[in-house]
Amino acid sequence: MMAALIFAVSVVTLLMFFVSYCRSLTAASSSYALSKEVRDVTGIHAFASGRDFARVMQLLQLCPERPEDRLGLRAVAYYFEILNLLQKTLARLTPSIQSWAEQERAGCANFAVVALDRRIAFSREILAQQGEL
Amino acid sequence: MPGPLALVIWYIGIVLEITFVVCSIARKSFFRYLFLNAYFLLELGSSAGRYFFLSRFGQASAEYTYAYFYTDALLTLALYVALISLYARVFGELRLNNFVRYAAVLLLLATALFSYAVVAQSEQRLATGFAYELSQNLYFVGLVLTYILWGAVLKLRETRTRLVQFILALGLYFSGYAASYALVNLASKYSVVSFIGPALGCLLPLMWTVTMLRHSEESRLEPARLLAVAR
Repeated sequence: MMAALIFAVSVVTLLMFFVSYCRSLTAASSSYALSKEVRDVTGIHAFASGRDFARVMQLLQLCPERPEDRLGLRAVAYYFEILNLLQKTLARLTPSIQSWAEQERAGCANFAVVALDRRIAFSREILAQQGEL
Repeated sequence: MPGPLALVIWYIGIVLEITFVVCSIARKSFFRYLFLNAYFLLELGSSAGRYFFLSRFGQASAEYTYAYFYTDALLTLALYVALISLYARVFGELRLNNFVRYAAVLLLLATALFSYAVVAQSEQRLATGFAYELSQNLYFVGLVLTYILWGAVLKLRETRTRLVQFILALGLYFSGYAASYALVNLASKYSVVSFIGPALGCLLPLMWTVTMLRHSEESRLEPARLLAVAR
């Protein structure tokens, strides 16, 4: 009984810290100014919407990986799935949750666009270094 | 010797701990986050010690059991100190450092006394029992303190990205560890649950390393974006 209670409480706190961690990741990329290249490639000019997330993730797979991006992208992808689940269930009953979840999904998409921008810059650096050799 | 999966998790953990220390030296933040680095250095030292006892006396020996439980208690204590150092950074600007230090020492003494009172009845297992009990109780105290610290971060509208992400990673680690500990008690017949705890141990150096690599000390974030509230 005690173990079940500890398990339930720790899963709730785990989820809370996970959501906060993902929000801190997306918040850190909110003030990033996108480059012209990434705006042209994605067609996103100011701020991404939740619908862009899957498309940007596909574009990310075309670029060479940056090791420091991997964990953040995976965490945000899981967070995005949780938000999708929330939109299909609880958000149908409460409009405020619906708009909040949509705002969060947009934050996730923006994080992915910033990661894409950094990967494009990283690829350019690699190409430039190869050119020098 | 432990099974191959346990050994792989152990080696991955060691590599990640070394990576964090190297990254913090490379980013000139070793002394700024001295207690976080000290925790991982102690973790590396205790891994070496445990490996020595394991290879010399075997996994079932009393020597290895003592070495395991005492290094575990020491590591939990080091993690507690690392957490208090994060408290000192958050409350540093309010000049509450001395208060944080005294409160931390008092809480540690109270936890040690409580742990001693729990194991004092069984004299046969007093030596290992105290180390085990202190370790478990400090983990619980650590989880509660991290939760309170996160509340303070939100209340004080903390903007330092590194500090915020270090605290959140610690919260994830503590709550994940508590969940895995409870799961081991709930479903001990499934051997896979015994690997969750050590695997979670790799998550802390990984998340801290990523934070160290991605963000500089000057990185700031909007505190309003951290509040997960549907309006």
